[in-house]
Amino acid sequence: MQNAMNVSFNALGENEAFSRVAVASFAAKLNPTVDDLAELKTAVSEAVTNAIIHGYDSNPAGIVYISATIEDGEIDVVVRDEGQGIGNIEQAKEPLFTTRPEMERAGMGFTIMEHFTDRLEIESSTSSGTVVRFKKRLAGKRVNCV
Amino acid sequence: MVTMKAEAQGKVLIIRLTGELDHYYSEQVKEFTEQQIDANQSQHLIWNLSGLPFMDSSGLGVILGRYRQVNEMGGSVTVCGLNTQVKRLFQLSGLFKIMYVDQTEQEALDRLGESSCKTL
Repeated sequence: MQNAMNVSFNALGENEAFSRVAVASFAAKLNPTVDDLAELKTAVSEAVTNAIIHGYDSNPAGIVYISATIEDGEIDVVVRDEGQGIGNIEQAKEPLFTTRPEMERAGMGFTIMEHFTDRLEIESSTSSGTVVRFKKRLAGKRVNCV
Repeated sequence: MVTMKAEAQGKVLIIRLTGELDHYYSEQVKEFTEQQIDANQSQHLIWNLSGLPFMDSSGLGVILGRYRQVNEMGGSVTVCGLNTQVKRLFQLSGLFKIMYVDQTEQEALDRLGESSCKTL
């Protein structure tokens, strides 16, 4: 059976911890490994940071939407903003590329999301914002030691 | 929540971080560390991250930024006490190629005392 959650919150940096803990708590019922849960939290944190800094240019009036579904041991997370969008997605995905070097951004957000999830999709439009979707298998990966 | 502690030992500054380092706290860590480097006129920097179970790319940005700052003055940066998640972030971003990695603060201090002139 599918199980779903939705949260939305203002584009404030202080909400980042809430957002990753919310998704991690929802995913906990799949009994993930500690490392998988840490990777999931990191991917959520990267997507939400992008929405706040790049999508909304740190304007707290913007709203970040997260929805997640769990089915067959896999979590499917969608992080969406209605901000300014990404002009060139391929460029944005390149390791170390950033439009905000003055903010000491590492330019590693999408690289980290790609490595820490099983599948990553990015849709963006300069008129309607950005949707980042990733899937990660969390159940059935434990190795039982006898 | 991130708590920050600094300790200067000669030319070496140790920064100990506890909590989860994300975008929200990265600016505070940046300002605190810059102030400590200036106040202590530190040459080398050791990040003790053993109390940090979580970091994202915002944390990498701060650590890379301080690397540039210290490196310009001819100093070195060491990270120690990395957990699995933080270690993977460092591997992905290539930071291990430019920074020293030690298990503990003491190992880092011993190495800096003995071979602080070593070049990477």
